Amino acid sequence: MAASGDGGADMEVEAFRRLYPARFYQRYLDAAVRPDARLLNRARSTSISLGPVPTADGSALVKVGNTTMLAGVKLEVMTPSSEGPDLGQVVVEFHMPPICSPQSRPGRPAEAACTITEQLTNALKSSELVDLHELSIAPGKAAWMAYLDIYCLDADGSLLDAALLASVSALAHLQIPSVAMTEEGTVIPALPETGISNHLSNDKHLQQPTVSEQRRLKLGAIPWSLTCALYKKHVLADPTAEEETVLHTILTVIIDSSGRLVAFYKPGGSIPATTNIIQECISLAKRRSKELQRSLDEAITQYESET
Amino acid sequence: MGSAARRDGRTAIQLRPLACTRGLLNRAHGSARWSQENTCVLAAVYGPKSISGRRENPERATIEVIWKPKSGMTGNKEKEAELVLRRSLDYIIIATLHPNTGMSIIVQVISDDGALLACAINATTAALVDTGIPLSGLIAAVSCGINKEGDLLLDLTKSEEQEAQAHVCLVFPNRPLSMKVETSIKSDDEPVEHGLVTSVTCGAMSVDDYLSCLDLGRAASLKISEFSRTSLEQSQRAVELVTPT
Repeated sequence: MAASGDGGADMEVEAFRRLYPARFYQRYLDAAVRPDARLLNRARSTSISLGPVPTADGSALVKVGNTTMLAGVKLEVMTPSSEGPDLGQVVVEFHMPPICSPQSRPGRPAEAACTITEQLTNALKSSELVDLHELSIAPGKAAWMAYLDIYCLDADGSLLDAALLASVSALAHLQIPSVAMTEEGTVIPALPETGISNHLSNDKHLQQPTVSEQRRLKLGAIPWSLTCALYKKHVLADPTAEEETVLHTILTVIIDSSGRLVAFYKPGGSIPATTNIIQECISLAKRRSKELQRSLDEAITQYESET
Repeated sequence: MGSAARRDGRTAIQLRPLACTRGLLNRAHGSARWSQENTCVLAAVYGPKSISGRRENPERATIEVIWKPKSGMTGNKEKEAELVLRRSLDYIIIATLHPNTGMSIIVQVISDDGALLACAINATTAALVDTGIPLSGLIAAVSCGINKEGDLLLDLTKSEEQEAQAHVCLVFPNRPLSMKVETSIKSDDEPVEHGLVTSVTCGAMSVDDYLSCLDLGRAASLKISEFSRTSLEQSQRAVELVTPT
């Protein structure tokens, strides 16, 4: 370690990292590597597992490096609004419980959590991932309300990426149960067509045709997200929490599977993005989207082979 | 494309008339009202002032932004706008000049007819200038969108935003005049005012459309910075006339 007036000539690496985080990172990044041995444009390894929450209608656990997200979808029957009689609804909420990082406290949701909720809602809406007509049961009478809740268990940077991946995976895992509708207009779970329990159930119910079969939710173009941190002329893909606090300028690119730009979200920061940087971020996001697509496909095949 | 008339008679790349008034509030250290026709925002800046407890930072001023919607409660949308505003203003406020202090920036929406975030960023920039604290430069925000037919539009109204395929709020730095803005990323080929400070998109568009939005927004931001500079110089001249010779 070359002495450069920081008194760190014979300092231990870990102490140097804590005392002079900016200088510590500068030395790594100028040599185009990162403290966790990744190249600048490489994302962390990602794993997806489907169905960890058996009580939810759809769920997924996603890990991007150390960042861990648990997403669950719960379906409820609601009466659709008069403006959209054949539309269901998806309500997204992102939670940052105190377990996820030293910064988050119990009580009112932090600014970061509110922002990510807003970004997720925006990304799902803009990419038209869920066709709300799909969530209709009987037009004007009943539709599904899908509550999508994402819990951050370990916040180690690039939260939006992991949260969006968890949301998409949970929706891909979602099974819409088969239901029937009584004459009074209430929705009941459809009876299994075994015919054995005929005498137990009400005859009236049996006469009702099943209005909707059990099915997977059909998904539209899937949004894939990549967060980048800017340092001088370099772009760091998928920053960790430490990198995010040192580098300040963070931006998120969301690209959907048909190549459209769903979001280019750069909330300020001390470094303005030049056209070159913008294009580099977009091409990194495109490459990352292919990786994530592969991970999700693998997770789905694995899940299907297990069940 | 540029000749396609819009509902309010503007061409696709025409901005709405801008108006800016500074120093409206007596108690605030700086205040400004910025309007783009029917979108109007009032911004006030208090500080640098003393703050207490955990929020005090020995290295820099703590900046807080409070967004007050026209009606109703502060929800997720407002929280997000607060974050975007704070981070965007980080680009021009030299926070390290005022360690251990706090700055409150309050944004009151008076009326919203589209391009609200852009209008709020312009209003707070003007209010910061009115405060008289040193800034590293100015920023100009503009909203740009693409309608269902694929035409690019500037400075969208509320109804245009709702019909648009996608719209985006872009913030660019002002071209530096006398002072040199110190940026570590100054590339050889692109001037400072081409750098994108903030981008908040809504809706999906192709990458090419986004890049053309950037070009159009960049050109429009020059006009907006020109306006804010002129209005700033005018108010300075007014002060000069009042001072006794």
